[in-house]
Amino acid sequence: MHSYLPVSIAAAGAGTVHDLVLKLAGVDYLILGLYFAFVIGIGWVLRKYLKTSTDFFESGRSLPAWVCALGFIGANLGAQEVIGMAASGAKYGIATSHFYWVGAIPAMVFVGVFMMPFYYGSKARSVPEYLKLRFDEKTRAFNALSFAVMTVFSSGISMHALALLLQSILGFDYNLCIAVSSIIVLIYIVTGGLTSAIYNEVLQFFLIVLGLLPLVLLGLQDIGGWNGLMTQLQGYSASKGMPGAWSHSWAYMGSTKANPMGIEWFGLAMGLGFVLSFGYWCTDFLVIQRAMAAKDMGAARRTPLLAAVPKMLFPILVILPGMLAVGLCQKGGFQLPPSADGTPNYNMVVPAMLAQYFPNGMLGIGLTALMASFMSGMAGNVTAFNTVFTYDIYQSYLRKDATDAHLMTVGRVTTVVGLLISVACAYAARQYNNIMDMLQLVFGFVNAPLFAIFLLGMFWRRATGHGAFFGLLIGTASAMAFHGLTLPVGEAAGIKGGWLGAHWFFASSMAQNFWMAIFAFGGCFAGTMAISLATAPNKTDEQLRGLVYSLTEKIRDHGTPWYARPAVIGIVVLAAAIVLNIIFW
Amino acid sequence: MHLDVRIPMGLLFLLLGLILVGYGLVSDPAIYVRHSLGQNVNLTWGGIFTAFGAGLLLFARRGRKAE
Repeated sequence: MHSYLPVSIAAAGAGTVHDLVLKLAGVDYLILGLYFAFVIGIGWVLRKYLKTSTDFFESGRSLPAWVCALGFIGANLGAQEVIGMAASGAKYGIATSHFYWVGAIPAMVFVGVFMMPFYYGSKARSVPEYLKLRFDEKTRAFNALSFAVMTVFSSGISMHALALLLQSILGFDYNLCIAVSSIIVLIYIVTGGLTSAIYNEVLQFFLIVLGLLPLVLLGLQDIGGWNGLMTQLQGYSASKGMPGAWSHSWAYMGSTKANPMGIEWFGLAMGLGFVLSFGYWCTDFLVIQRAMAAKDMGAARRTPLLAAVPKMLFPILVILPGMLAVGLCQKGGFQLPPSADGTPNYNMVVPAMLAQYFPNGMLGIGLTALMASFMSGMAGNVTAFNTVFTYDIYQSYLRKDATDAHLMTVGRVTTVVGLLISVACAYAARQYNNIMDMLQLVFGFVNAPLFAIFLLGMFWRRATGHGAFFGLLIGTASAMAFHGLTLPVGEAAGIKGGWLGAHWFFASSMAQNFWMAIFAFGGCFAGTMAISLATAPNKTDEQLRGLVYSLTEKIRDHGTPWYARPAVIGIVVLAAAIVLNIIFW
Repeated sequence: MHLDVRIPMGLLFLLLGLILVGYGLVSDPAIYVRHSLGQNVNLTWGGIFTAFGAGLLLFARRGRKAE
């Protein structure tokens, strides 16, 4: 996955075939069917608004900020988040909130306040195209190609995880699940383009919120409220030899041995809080594309900032179920199905809680919410893929003089082809799980250093095309070398690292991953600076206007009411995130 | 001018809410004892879904009038 979240969902349903079966009734099927009908219907209604390729790929740059903001987090609210964060909540407790209050929020504020003016203002149609304007063709090509491969792969993994999960908890046919989910996504994107994807993400957002909230409330009520949960987690963490670790976010980050993540505060703050999350939220076209669909610069800048508000509260919906699950197991009367090695299968937290607390009716809603999260993950990737392929590969290298109508056709054909490749990836994931792990690892190498060239590109005008391109290669090579020389304790050399000879050891894979990101970023940053200084600038100041901070006219927010100014919203959001960190310290 | 996203969303939540309320009224109370701590969650959350859907439709209508 081209995301920085820690859990592999490829094995979401593995090992649970006989342990957890949800029994659907007619009403549940009715709810599911109604949802599918609306999802397709939205695309169908929107088809008449598609007149140009800008409408298809960029929603005609016409959407209000609140719609883009919900699309911004909706596209990210894939299964990896819903299933994966619940699993992490069970494995690590409140500390999982670092992925939100340290990881996502500061990066979302940074992209809204500082970076969006360059993305939106430069009139680049995609993130790779920004790299072309700012640096050169080869840097764009590197980013476009790696991004295109990653998106179809991620979409395939989502599809595979959905089919595997439905097969194991509902007994549905794997092939049928793949066919139905891909055809529905295909229809609503081909007919309605990016607007349809974003509208459906907004719908999916509310469905996930309203579908998971009752689950959390029932779980909380069952365990005796927040105090009851804390009491059970105290007992659980003591039994794991790390007393208190599940109910505090920072208090046990002083040493890698004191918390189940196996990480200390510096690696966490730098690796996750800075390199990985800024790398994802500030450079990944999947999310940036949603903000670039906004109707004007103000709306584009407010998109990530408004998105940060619900994002900050998501731990209630996605992490709390995991904490409740281990608390309820500790209390008795609730069980997680075992995985193949006999340990609880944490990926089954949400399905197991659905089975426990939702009667038919609400069960249909919960299941629809789960389906919505998988489909939003797939659609987000597919829309980003069709745009990058059409603009940055097809129009740039294959047919420069393509007409607008031709580009739209290419976009539609690319959507079909992208989904077909995703289906192939899903079957490949089913067949060869190791290859998928390997690909995820390679994407990690490529993504880790990415933020360094954006940071230098936007805020240091001396950065050159050669500097950025070779800096990226150095960063990727640093990540590979780091991985090859390090290993999590207790793991065998191979896909987990140490393939060049393990010289340094980490308490967990997560710690190794955070530190790898820090090294990759450092390598790329230093490499880009050194090579830029050694090479001649390849762009004039005139060409860099609107692309670099020092050469771009500052945006004045004088006409905007104070509460709608990006800087004000950003400060309020950051302050709220700090307060949350302190409350759950 | 695009389709106002609040219209399809409002309609969907309204319909889902009504289905839940309807099912909550006719379903066997034993399923709530077995699952949802004795509470008829279909009725409660069906009501919330219905109100949310109706609210969205209302806002969409007001938005259109304002334009």
